[in-house]
Amino acid sequence: MSMRTLRPAAVPGTIAAPVSPAPAPAAAGAPEHAAAEDAARPVALAKALGAALRDAMAADERIVLLGEDVGRLGGVFRVTDGLQREFGEARVIDSPLSESGIVGAAIGLAMRGYRPVCEIQFDGFVYPAFDQIVTQLSRLRQRSGGALRMPVTIRIPYGGGIGAVEHHSESPEAYFAHTPGLRVLTPSTAADGYLLLRQAVACDDPVIFFEPKRRYWERGPLTPAEDPPLPMERARVTRPGSDVTLLAYGPTVRTCLDAAAAAAAEGRSVEVVDLRSLAPLDWPTMTASLRRTGRAVVVHEAPVVAGLGAEIAARLTEECFYHLEAPVGRVGGYHVPYPPARLEKEYLPDLDRVLDAVDRAFGH
Amino acid sequence: MVRYVASDELSDPPPAEHGVRLLNPDGTPRAHPEFDALLDVEDLKSCYGAMLRARHLDDAATTLQRQGELALWIPLRGQEAAQVGSVRAAAPADFLFPSYREHAVAWERGLPPVEVMRLLRGITHGGWDPAAYNLANYALVLATQTLHAVGYALGIQLDAERARSAGPGMAAVATVAAATEGRANIGRPTIGSDPENARGAPARGHPENIVGPPIVGRPTNTVGLPNVGRPTNLGDVLDAAVVVYLGDGAMSQGDANEAFVWAASFNAPVVFFCTNNQWAISTPAARQARVPLAERAAGFGFPGVRVDGNDVVAVHAVTTWALERARAGAGPTLIEAYTYRMGPHTTSDDPTRYQPAEALDRWRALDPIDRVARALAPVCDPGWFDERLAEARATATRLRAQTLALADPPPDAFFDEVLVTETDEGRAQRAAFREYRESFQV
Ligand SMILES: Cc1ncc(C[n+]2csc(CCOP(=O)(O)OP(=O)(O)O)c2C)c(N)n1
Repeated sequence: MSMRTLRPAAVPGTIAAPVSPAPAPAAAGAPEHAAAEDAARPVALAKALGAALRDAMAADERIVLLGEDVGRLGGVFRVTDGLQREFGEARVIDSPLSESGIVGAAIGLAMRGYRPVCEIQFDGFVYPAFDQIVTQLSRLRQRSGGALRMPVTIRIPYGGGIGAVEHHSESPEAYFAHTPGLRVLTPSTAADGYLLLRQAVACDDPVIFFEPKRRYWERGPLTPAEDPPLPMERARVTRPGSDVTLLAYGPTVRTCLDAAAAAAAEGRSVEVVDLRSLAPLDWPTMTASLRRTGRAVVVHEAPVVAGLGAEIAARLTEECFYHLEAPVGRVGGYHVPYPPARLEKEYLPDLDRVLDAVDRAFGH
Repeated sequence: MVRYVASDELSDPPPAEHGVRLLNPDGTPRAHPEFDALLDVEDLKSCYGAMLRARHLDDAATTLQRQGELALWIPLRGQEAAQVGSVRAAAPADFLFPSYREHAVAWERGLPPVEVMRLLRGITHGGWDPAAYNLANYALVLATQTLHAVGYALGIQLDAERARSAGPGMAAVATVAAATEGRANIGRPTIGSDPENARGAPARGHPENIVGPPIVGRPTNTVGLPNVGRPTNLGDVLDAAVVVYLGDGAMSQGDANEAFVWAASFNAPVVFFCTNNQWAISTPAARQARVPLAERAAGFGFPGVRVDGNDVVAVHAVTTWALERARAGAGPTLIEAYTYRMGPHTTSDDPTRYQPAEALDRWRALDPIDRVARALAPVCDPGWFDERLAEARATATRLRAQTLALADPPPDAFFDEVLVTETDEGRAQRAAFREYRESFQV
C-alpha cells in the first residue's frame, strides 16, 4: 500500500462549507422544522437541532433559550430560526453580549426551576463563560449537598473546516470533559443531533453540547438509528469492521467513515465508533471494539497533546493490554493555535492522515 | 457591656461619606428627606439582639479557628448592621445570594449557625438546601453570584408572565421586548397610583447620597425614636425579589458588571447590596473605583444609593425601599453600604501590614451595635441589656459545643452528588476507592 498517495475523499464537500457566520441554506419548500411525521425525510443537522429545541419547548414550558442573536435572527447558524416567533421573547431571549452572563443567568434560572438552553455563538467565545461553567455550573449540585439540580444545556458550535477567522474553528471539548460535574455530548448526524439534544435538555445535569459546525448542512433522517433510541451515554459502532477501530466524534466521524470506505477498497476492514458522549466516555463499547480488532486510532480535531485521545489511549491500554496488536494511535491537531483559513486543510485530520495512522497501526 | 459615649466623642464622617443615615452614632434619630425609619422600638430591640448574637458567634468562630477546630474563619465584625438591617428588609419569599461573609444574613434567614461551621471546618463546600431558606450557598469566586441572582430574578419575571398568560407557548408575552425597548417594566405593570413615585422623580435633598431618580417616601417623624411608616405606595406585581451581596473588591469583577448590564436590560427585580467595608484583603476601595461605588449604577441605568452601613435603621429602610421597587416591577437598585471591616479579611490575614490603626479607632467609635445600644438606653433598663448579653453568650457556647461535636464526613463522600445520575465511571471509581481503603484493614 502506498502510504504517501493522497486518497480522494469518498464524500466530496466534507471540508468546504460556507464561511461563517452564514445562514443555513433553506430546504426548498421545506417547513421551518421537520415535522415528526416526516422523520425519514433527510434534514440538515442544523434543522434537526432546531427541531429538537422546538419539540422540547412545546413539551415543557420551563425550557428557555438564551444567547446572542438567537431570537430575532435565529442564531448566526439559524439553529434557533423561528423559535422566538413561536414561543415569544420571554422564552427565546436575545441576551446582552455577555457569555459569563449567559451561563450565570442560566444558573439562576435553573435555581428558580427553569431548564435553560444557552447558545455560545462560537467555540472560541466560550472562555468568558468558562469560570461560570467550571466553578459554578459543574459544582452547584455538590455544593448544595445534592439539593440543587442544574438542568442547563450549553450549545457550542465547534470545530474547523469552514474557512473562518480566528476563534471560530476551535475544539475546546477536552477542558469540559476534564471537569467533573459536566456531561459533554457531540452528535455527528442529524438523527443524533435531534436525539442527543432532546436527551441533553431533558437531563437534570449540566450538558455541554458541541455541535460540529462544518456538518451543520449535512443531511440525514431524523429517525433514530436504533429502536429504542440509544441512551446519551452510549457510543455507537457506526460501521462494523474487523481489522482496526477508528474512534471519532463530531466532525471527524464523517472523515473516519470516508477513510473506512477508502480502506475497504484496499482490502482493509475498518470499524468506526462514534463516541457521541465525551463525558462520560463509553468504555464498554470502546473496549469491546478494540478486543475484536486489536488496533485502535483516536481521531479528533483538537490538539493531540493532553487531548481526549490521550485519556482514551491510556485507558484502552490499561484495560485491553493483552488484546493490543499495536499502540493506540492518535490523530488530531498539532500543538499550535488553530491556523488561519488558508492552512486549515493542512492542520485538520483528513482521510489521508487517518489512513496513515491506520497503516502505522499495522506496521508493528 | 455597652460603652456609652457622648456624641461629641464620636468622629463622624461627613454626610457625603456615610450616606443615608437615620440613626446618629450617638443613638439619636435623624431625619432624611427621602427615607423614613421603618423599625419601631420592638424591632430595634430585636435587631440589637440579632447583632449582638452575630458578634458573639463571630468571635466564638474566630476562637475555634485559633484552636484548630476550623480551617478558616471569615469574620464579619463591623458589618452586623449592614447584614441584619438588609436581611430584615427581605420577605420570606425573597431570595438572597450571599458572598462568603454574610453569616448574620444566613443566621437571620434561619440557617442554624453550625451549618456555616460545617463549611469552614472543611466538611462541606456549602451544604444547605437553598430552597429551605431562600438563601443560596456561599460563593467564593468573587461576583459569580451576582449573575445567578440576575438569572433568578429573570425567573421571577418569567413566573409572573406564565401566571398571566395562558398555555405553554406564552406567545403573547412581551416581557423582554418591553425591557429591551427601554419601556421599563415587564408586562407593563401598574406601579401603584403614581408612576412618578416609582421612577422619574429627580433626587432632592441629599444628592450626594442618591444617584439617580428614585424617591419614595413620606415625611419623616423625628420625634423620639424613628416611627414606623410604609415608605411607598408601590403595588407588588412580582411575588418576590432578589438581594445579592458583594464586596467593594468584587465590584471590579467582570461578572458584577455583566450582572448590572443584564439587570438593567431586563429590568430585573434584583437589589445589589455592595458592602463597602473599605478593604479587599489589603486592597483599599480607592483602588476599585474613582467615584463612590453607588454612582456606578447611574451608568448602567438604575439608581444607586449609599447608606450608612453602620446604621441598622437606615440599611433596613433603604433595602426595604429597593425591594419594594423591585417587586413593583421598577427594576434593579445598587445599594452601597458604607462600613468598615473591623478585623482581618480572614483568620489567615494580618491587617497590621496594611491597615492604619487610626482608621480602626475611628470606626470603633462608630460601632453599629453600640449605636443601637445608645438608642435603646433611654427605653431599656440595664437588666434588659444583661439578658441580651447572656443570650448571645449562650448562643456562642452552644455553637462551640455543636462545632466540636461535628463528625467528619465518610471518606467517600466526595463522590456524592457530583451528578444527579451517577455515571458508571463514578460508580467504578467509588468502588475502587473503597476497595483500596479496605485493603489496608486486616
Ligand atoms: C475571582 C476571585 N479572585 C480572587 C479571590 C481571592 N479573594 C477572596 S476574598 C478577596 C477580597 C474580596 O474583597 P471584597 O469584594 O471587598 O469583599 P470582602 O472580602 O471585603 O468582604 C479576594 C481577593 C476570589 N475569591 N475570587
